[in-house]
Amino acid sequence: MPNLAIQLTDINKNFGNVCANKNVSLTVKSGTIHGIVGENGAGKSTLMSVLYGFYQADSGSIAVLEKQTVIRSAHDAIQAGIGMVHQHFMLVDTFTVLENVVLGTESGISLKESLRASELELKRLEKEYHLEVDINATINTLPVGLQQRVEILKALYRGAEILILDEPTGVLTPQEADHLFRILDELREQGKTVILITHKLREIMAITDYVSVMRQGEMVAHRKTSETNREELAELMVGRKVLLRVDKAPANPGRTVLSVDNLDYKDNSGIHRLKDVSFEVHSGEIVGVAGVSGNGQSELLDIITGINPLQNGTIKINDQEITPESRVDAASMRRLGMAHVPEDRQRMGLVTSFTASENIILGYHKDPAYNGLIEMDSDAITKSCREQMEHFDVRPGNPLLRVSLFSGGNQQKMVVAREMERNTDLLVVGQPTRGVDIGAIEFIHRQIIAMRDANKAVLLVSVELDEILSLSDRILVMFDGQIMGEVLAKDANERDIGLLMAGIRKEAA
Amino acid sequence: MNERQVNDLVVTLVTVTNLLLAFLISGVVIWALGEDPWFALETMLYGAFGYDEGLGYTLYYTTNFIFTALGFAIGFHCGLFNIGAEGQAYIGGLAVGLLCLWLENWSLWIVFPLAVIASIIFGGIWGAIPGYLKARHGSHEVVTTIMFNFIASVIMVYLLSHVLRPPQEMSPESRDFAENVWIPQMHEIFGWFGFEITQTPLNGTFFFALICLFLVWRFVWFTRWGYELRTVGTNESAAVYAGINVSKNIIIAMIICGGLSGFVGINEIMGSSHRIMLNFQAGIGFTGIAVSLIGRNHPLGILLAALLFGILYQGGAELSFEVQAIDRHMVVLIQGLVVLFAGALENLFRPQIEQFVKQVAIRTA
Repeated sequence: MPNLAIQLTDINKNFGNVCANKNVSLTVKSGTIHGIVGENGAGKSTLMSVLYGFYQADSGSIAVLEKQTVIRSAHDAIQAGIGMVHQHFMLVDTFTVLENVVLGTESGISLKESLRASELELKRLEKEYHLEVDINATINTLPVGLQQRVEILKALYRGAEILILDEPTGVLTPQEADHLFRILDELREQGKTVILITHKLREIMAITDYVSVMRQGEMVAHRKTSETNREELAELMVGRKVLLRVDKAPANPGRTVLSVDNLDYKDNSGIHRLKDVSFEVHSGEIVGVAGVSGNGQSELLDIITGINPLQNGTIKINDQEITPESRVDAASMRRLGMAHVPEDRQRMGLVTSFTASENIILGYHKDPAYNGLIEMDSDAITKSCREQMEHFDVRPGNPLLRVSLFSGGNQQKMVVAREMERNTDLLVVGQPTRGVDIGAIEFIHRQIIAMRDANKAVLLVSVELDEILSLSDRILVMFDGQIMGEVLAKDANERDIGLLMAGIRKEAA
Repeated sequence: MNERQVNDLVVTLVTVTNLLLAFLISGVVIWALGEDPWFALETMLYGAFGYDEGLGYTLYYTTNFIFTALGFAIGFHCGLFNIGAEGQAYIGGLAVGLLCLWLENWSLWIVFPLAVIASIIFGGIWGAIPGYLKARHGSHEVVTTIMFNFIASVIMVYLLSHVLRPPQEMSPESRDFAENVWIPQMHEIFGWFGFEITQTPLNGTFFFALICLFLVWRFVWFTRWGYELRTVGTNESAAVYAGINVSKNIIIAMIICGGLSGFVGINEIMGSSHRIMLNFQAGIGFTGIAVSLIGRNHPLGILLAALLFGILYQGGAELSFEVQAIDRHMVVLIQGLVVLFAGALENLFRPQIEQFVKQVAIRTA
């Protein structure tokens, strides 16, 4: 086995005028776990796409296992011994594990033959790397953690010596993540090389041997993990000192602003998404909803904010009662004093092909302040947009620019600005910092806490446990559409919440 | 140059390049037929602009295309692909015609606004039903609007041959309206100011079409209703998030589409033929789709594209008349090439042109 798994030398990649990778060099030693960290847009994904053959570098060279290699497609990459586990799994939901693994490598005329041959090989791999999965199970019956395992098996089956994992823990509970790390450990023991792309510094510290930091398309540092710490890495990523912990005064909860009673919801295909959910949010407190993505949090948000219809149960906002008969929509919920930062800004919170000033009125376009008798008052809108951009430090501060041209962090700041500037009694926030760079995370967190300190009620839904822990005053944990438990933030620890997120109550465990 | 100017320049260059390409290939075909492409071009342009009669016909066709293209564009901004302008124009025209038959002794100043309202209501209903089916039941508007074209056609055949045809007449047409509900022809209007031009079907409706262009522009980009419409068309989830009623907007957009398409009836029936005829709308609705797409669904673009198609229609007719080897199928071929390059293959050279414009922008910056 050669000593070096990957050598990237002076990789350059431009998209138009945007320089995504600039003279990037990276050396990964065989048999190690090598982390690559960086903010969104730092160029990690581009670099890995170059390595995996999705993009061609404009210049620079790639050596795999100490052999100069030209990688023009994913097929070339696989040939060279590189496997990739994507953030969003590339599996056919209705196929079995075996069929998914074999997919694309079938040989001969009869599928049955090639499946039988593969079955043995797959079983051997499962044993060798302790990656047990029922090979005849259909993918959609497997939990996310096991689906990820199938992805890893798929790569190994194709003879991968080097595995690239792109944000692998985004969809996992802390326990599942730990399990993944044990698998990665095992792979390292067996001599495989792992490249781990992540923005979670905790994971870097926990599992990697080496870490490389990218910032604005450049490789800014290589470190031995044992010789660095989270603070240094965060500073390298952002290029300045960062406060990882959020400072906040103790909460001072007041009257009940939002109360949810016995909320029950079935989606269009009849799946029971919310089961008897009840809770309250008071003024002057932040209530966090933790949980693995897809356990009913999105549905909860959509119903509370009037996007999906209320089927069963009642919601009270500022003592105004809403029942299934009330037929509310998002506009009427806003009138009751709710502001909503949606989970997915691109899909829901913004119309990215519109200008910034057109987006600043989304949901408030009927506001008399923005309207004349017939036409809208574009001066007033632009002025208001300019003010919000100034208050929330949106850059560039140009109201006439299309939103798609802003970075993720600035887009999110625009959404947060629009909803917070209304100064409503209740702020409902979903994934406030998803895909947002560290600088903007810090800023948005401070704004959310400022809302609370101004005696507003905040309901925060996030799949980032760190975020929930550092912002919330009270934490609700959701699993399978139910609230599994409530924890006061000051007594909370990651392990207990992780168990609740996995659906295990304390008394049962 | 700022981002917007760069974008505008790219769009303009892309459109012009595509049109030139369409004409180039047309030229090659004409050359292959043994005719002189330059002479053909000259004949066509002369036919469309060279003398006042040709120009009159060109603008007369342009008027029709403006209406149906606007009818398509409004739907497009709301995320709809309205193929039903044909039927909507037909039914809108029916309403205009019936109104004129009914109120033919009234003053034009009263009948004209009523005709506008009637064609909005009738054409609007013809658009609203597919709109309703889409909004409430998810039936795709492409399918339903095509079906409504056929339904409109059958209704008109029945009405014209059984109900509206005067007993002694053979052809399936209504009787002529009384002259006082005719919209003044352009030569009459010029005559009021002492200018003499040749009589063509071009009439006062042309000015109404220009007003519609302006109103649509202000409506779509400057009112809260237009804002809602565009939001629904661009990002439906964001519209729901903003509390915008998606169904309502789809139905309203289709009503406006139908109303605008229905105005073809004003140009054709009140302005030109002065009676209800079979298939007076033939092809105008479908051409409107191409006009709108080539004009990028923007009123200014639609005006230019409608003018282009007016030229193709009128100049093409002249061409097949003058040059022996070219018959009217050749004209259809040229129109087809324009649609192919400017519509379907619109992004063929876009990357190269974008690159070029950006480099120019950097150099001049």
